[in-house]
Amino acid sequence: MRLLRNLLKSPFFVLGMSLFVLTLLLALLGPLFLNLDVNNRAGLAYMAPSARHWLGTDHMGVDMISMLVAGLRSSLYVGFLAGSVATSVGTLVGLYGGYKGGVIDDVLTVGTNLFLVIPSLIVLILLSASIENGRSLTLIALIIGCTTWTWSARAVRAQAASLRNRDHVALARINGYGTLGIVIFHIMPYLLSYIFMVFILQMAAGILSEASLSMLGLGPYDSVSLGKILNEAKTNEALTDGAWWAFAPAMVLITTVVFSLYIINTSLEGVFNPRLRK
Amino acid sequence: MLQNHPTLAHIVGRAGWYLVTFLVAITINFFLPRLGDANPVDTIMAKVSEGLDAASARAKEEAYLKEFNLVEVDGAGNVRRDARGKPVRTSLGRQFINYLGMCLRGDLGSSVLQHPKRVSEIIKAALPWTLALQLPTIVFGWLIGNGLGALAAYKRGVFDKLMYPLALLASAIPAFCFGMLLVYVFGIRLEWFPTVGGYDDGLTPELSLAFFRSASYYYVLPFSSVFLIVVGGQAIGMRSMCIYELGTDYVKYAKLLGIKESKILLYMFRNAMLPQLTGLALALGTMVGGALIAEMIFSYPGLGMAVLTAIQGNDYPLISGCTLLVTVSVLCANFSVDVLVGFLDPRIRAARQAGK
Repeated sequence: MRLLRNLLKSPFFVLGMSLFVLTLLLALLGPLFLNLDVNNRAGLAYMAPSARHWLGTDHMGVDMISMLVAGLRSSLYVGFLAGSVATSVGTLVGLYGGYKGGVIDDVLTVGTNLFLVIPSLIVLILLSASIENGRSLTLIALIIGCTTWTWSARAVRAQAASLRNRDHVALARINGYGTLGIVIFHIMPYLLSYIFMVFILQMAAGILSEASLSMLGLGPYDSVSLGKILNEAKTNEALTDGAWWAFAPAMVLITTVVFSLYIINTSLEGVFNPRLRK
Repeated sequence: MLQNHPTLAHIVGRAGWYLVTFLVAITINFFLPRLGDANPVDTIMAKVSEGLDAASARAKEEAYLKEFNLVEVDGAGNVRRDARGKPVRTSLGRQFINYLGMCLRGDLGSSVLQHPKRVSEIIKAALPWTLALQLPTIVFGWLIGNGLGALAAYKRGVFDKLMYPLALLASAIPAFCFGMLLVYVFGIRLEWFPTVGGYDDGLTPELSLAFFRSASYYYVLPFSSVFLIVVGGQAIGMRSMCIYELGTDYVKYAKLLGIKESKILLYMFRNAMLPQLTGLALALGTMVGGALIAEMIFSYPGLGMAVLTAIQGNDYPLISGCTLLVTVSVLCANFSVDVLVGFLDPRIRAARQAGK
């Protein structure tokens, strides 16, 4: 409760949370009020905003608001899924290596650092380019999760290593807990706030990675995402035609989501780490 | 000998580590594109086989198979055949060994899309543009971002309250969004700057004043799109680093002694810089990726554009050639930063000397 009170005192947290909840509500409640059929050509190509189409239409004549809500849903879905995969893999590797120490830790650390240095966008490009058929939204999210976990592993490992010599961990060991039991029940609870912050950043990274892939034309074949809207607008001359409504709202949405996640993260950091608060 | 030279030992150790990383990267680069069932020869054949009879089509296909190292070749350069006269396919393992050998010779095979052209030729033409765009943006962005971050941490007050959210916003905008926005506002609406390509159509890349002027005119928008984002990200990191340093005893002591503010700032900057330098090594991959995508937005004639056309045309040799080059450059840059940190950080030096 005190934690919540502290959080609510931080203007960044309030701003970030309200922005994020707003986009979340738009994604969840949008389908109740809107026709989200993105193949429904309701008008002509690149119609300017009007009373009928509040944000105009895209190059196929589809209502932009439907496109945006559908895109936002996909992007948030990718963020959640990729963020969850990356955080769980990273946390497990980090906790296990940090607690175990020794050779296992060395091997895991070398492996983590290795993939940290190799640009993840490059691995993403190579993987997605080789999967030509069946590049679905879920598959892309999983691939992103599997390539971006490294820095959460690195961050969690450092924290876990600092906990391994605490007395309660030694007590648990004497009481016959296995490695997995100690890691999950006696080390992870201390790091939950930290892991949550990692999750938020991984989510933002997942959303950005998907958008980058879509910009390269390696996006999902089965759904509209915010990155794909931007890519379509770019390839179909929305910029030169002056059809700002075909790309500007999507930019605002993606930036809002990522920005809100970033400032939620910083505000949490300020609360959990009082040294930064002044 | 190495025991007596801790810095040298550090460099050798890091070099070994990066060599291993390089081997992993090259393995990934070879095997990932081959996960799918696309085959460069089929792609080319689909283009050239029209109007050919069966025999000459087969001859052509075999020539391509040979060119892309997909079939076994005997000493005289003839394709080896099995009992039924079909060419013997090279196993994946053999292909990998051939690939490693080719890479060491600097040969990245031929492009599928622009067929007789070599990948290394295409890359050679694109590389200077990418270097000219990325090196200054990352170096200057890093320096200015760190300066702003340190200043914000030290001054606090209005400057910090204004700069910090702006920096957060700048780092949250995806590079391609910002690029598209610049194209639209400054290129298409205001018509201040050109938005497509790296120089005027009539010119050829050469060392002349006219070309240089044209190129720098085209340079403005791509540069600003990456620069601002790098500045934002670095300023945030430096700010929290400096706030941490401000709370340390040496800063308080220096203040009590009445040392000049600018001097304290200098001490603090030096100490906060080192983690930032290590951070740069880790963030480099992301920055380079973002800059590659910015290149595509501006159709800048660099590697990003080469990757984009390669992806659109399923040009695997070109994709993996470009990705390999980007990976190797990032690894080299990281290695340099690592070595530099070893020289600069007195704590690393001391730890190594104490451990001896």
